[in-house]
Amino acid sequence: MRAMVYRGPYKIRVEEKDIPKIEHPNDAIIRVTTGAICGSDLHLYHGMMPDTRVGTTFGHEFAGVVHQVGSSVQNLIPGDRVMVPFNVYCGSCWFCARGLYSNCHNVNPNATAVGGIYGYSHTCGGYDGGQAEFVRVPFADVGPSRIPDWMDEEDAVLLTDALPTGYFGAQLGDIVEGDTVVVFGAGPVGLFAAKSAWLMGAGRVIVVDHLDYRLEKARSFAHAETFNFAEYDDIVVHLKKQTDYLGADVVIDAVGAEADGNFLQHVTATKFKLQGGSPVALNWAIDSVRKGGTVSVVGAYGPIFSAVKFGDALNKGLTLRMNQCPVKRQWPRLFEHIRNGYLKPNELVTHRIPLEHIAEGYHMFSAKLDNIIKPLIISATA
Amino acid sequence: MTEPATPYRARKNTPPESRDALRARIPGWGVDLDPKDRPSFPREQPGIETGAHWDFPDRQPEAQPRERSIEHAMLPPVFGTSAPLKGASGAIRRYAYRRYSEGRAAHWLLLIGADRVDAWESHLKSLATLRPDNPVTETGIGSEFSGNGFKSRAGKRVDVNHSWMDPAIVAGPWVLAGLGAVAVVRALRGSR
Repeated sequence: MRAMVYRGPYKIRVEEKDIPKIEHPNDAIIRVTTGAICGSDLHLYHGMMPDTRVGTTFGHEFAGVVHQVGSSVQNLIPGDRVMVPFNVYCGSCWFCARGLYSNCHNVNPNATAVGGIYGYSHTCGGYDGGQAEFVRVPFADVGPSRIPDWMDEEDAVLLTDALPTGYFGAQLGDIVEGDTVVVFGAGPVGLFAAKSAWLMGAGRVIVVDHLDYRLEKARSFAHAETFNFAEYDDIVVHLKKQTDYLGADVVIDAVGAEADGNFLQHVTATKFKLQGGSPVALNWAIDSVRKGGTVSVVGAYGPIFSAVKFGDALNKGLTLRMNQCPVKRQWPRLFEHIRNGYLKPNELVTHRIPLEHIAEGYHMFSAKLDNIIKPLIISATA
Repeated sequence: MTEPATPYRARKNTPPESRDALRARIPGWGVDLDPKDRPSFPREQPGIETGAHWDFPDRQPEAQPRERSIEHAMLPPVFGTSAPLKGASGAIRRYAYRRYSEGRAAHWLLLIGADRVDAWESHLKSLATLRPDNPVTETGIGSEFSGNGFKSRAGKRVDVNHSWMDPAIVAGPWVLAGLGAVAVVRALRGSR
């Protein structure tokens, strides 16, 4: 089969690999029809995530068709169209049994601090991902779901991570009616978080980024007020002024490890890999939320320490909430919102790139070329 | 006299937009208004239906010794097999897993170091194959032309203040290796 393969920082290629095999009775092999590149894939691409091995295939957002199932699989049969949450999880460990699917203890030998994620380094379990023609999906009776007949496949792919993560980020903010919500980051997750904040009753939603074309999308797609932080000497002071010096009730960090806005933080984290992530957005979140407010973090960070302004969080009495999203818990409600027309996920898709050209796709996404927001990867088997 | 800013007294100076105005402007505004009726509330839901039909999963066969965090009591029943340990990078990774917990910086710094070694090992190994690494095609740099690279960087983008480093990060080690090889050859010739 054809598969994207990591060759080292900033370098990937497509090569022939063996079609994955059933390795466990509850495995399924999925023929991928549509995948995506996620902003968090760029952390791998840039060599920031520890134990990212040459030869690994990335990709944790994908949908496809069941090709083969293991002997204990009861819910899927070959030919089913399925969407697969980015979480690899067993459904039966201490954490899964309480709904913490992203914190599963049975799928990742390499770390106890994180569950399993497709195509996201050995730190997340060493699973190959879906930027390929076929992928192994463990616990086929637990994670994947059949794509409803009425659902567009592109919407299904966006439901495997970006949309539920944004929606989850808004939930972690514990938004109550009338709250002012600031979202750092106008990528797909930030845009979905902003949109979701309205569903939860926000009175005002503000999105901050430095890419004007994404801020334009935040206005048109998420009905948000926007600020380009590059236009202000100090975005925190500007946000204080915008909230009558109170600060926002809720701030969502939808940026994560490669935050821009502070040269030293960015370079030490992304170029020299001396931090688990550049905490610029997180520090701005801590400083621009009101005292007693809530900071929700859904931007991805690596396991190495980062220079976070923890003292301010303490002194302001903040609630810090965060996790990788337990995707499948969000699906029933999000299906409802899509059917009702409140959410239109594929409006964020800007590029559809054949798997064979994925190296160009990664560079465009990494360098933010051509007004890119969400690139999908189209398999030749689609 | 100007009004004191909001936080200096108990109420907000600017009242929020009304429910009706928000509903008219934002499709679906407030449909998830009740915090207790959101999918991830409460955070932990003992007894949640997951689809698992086992108490403990069958164990995936361990075809070769699988490295694991020493914070695990045992090898978890299911694991990825995408890229088994090999070479010098494998030795470093094996040591990082065997010696240090996830709580130790040394664990992660060794793994990051092993990633760099792995890339170098793989680049060198590729030179002995019919498909050596190609820094041009593998970096996707061609999309600078197809993706309007110059135009895309116009405007107030702050990433341009560090993106000049990327070519140095990608090509720098190759250039240094080339210079090193030339220096070695010259030194060998000079010693004759």
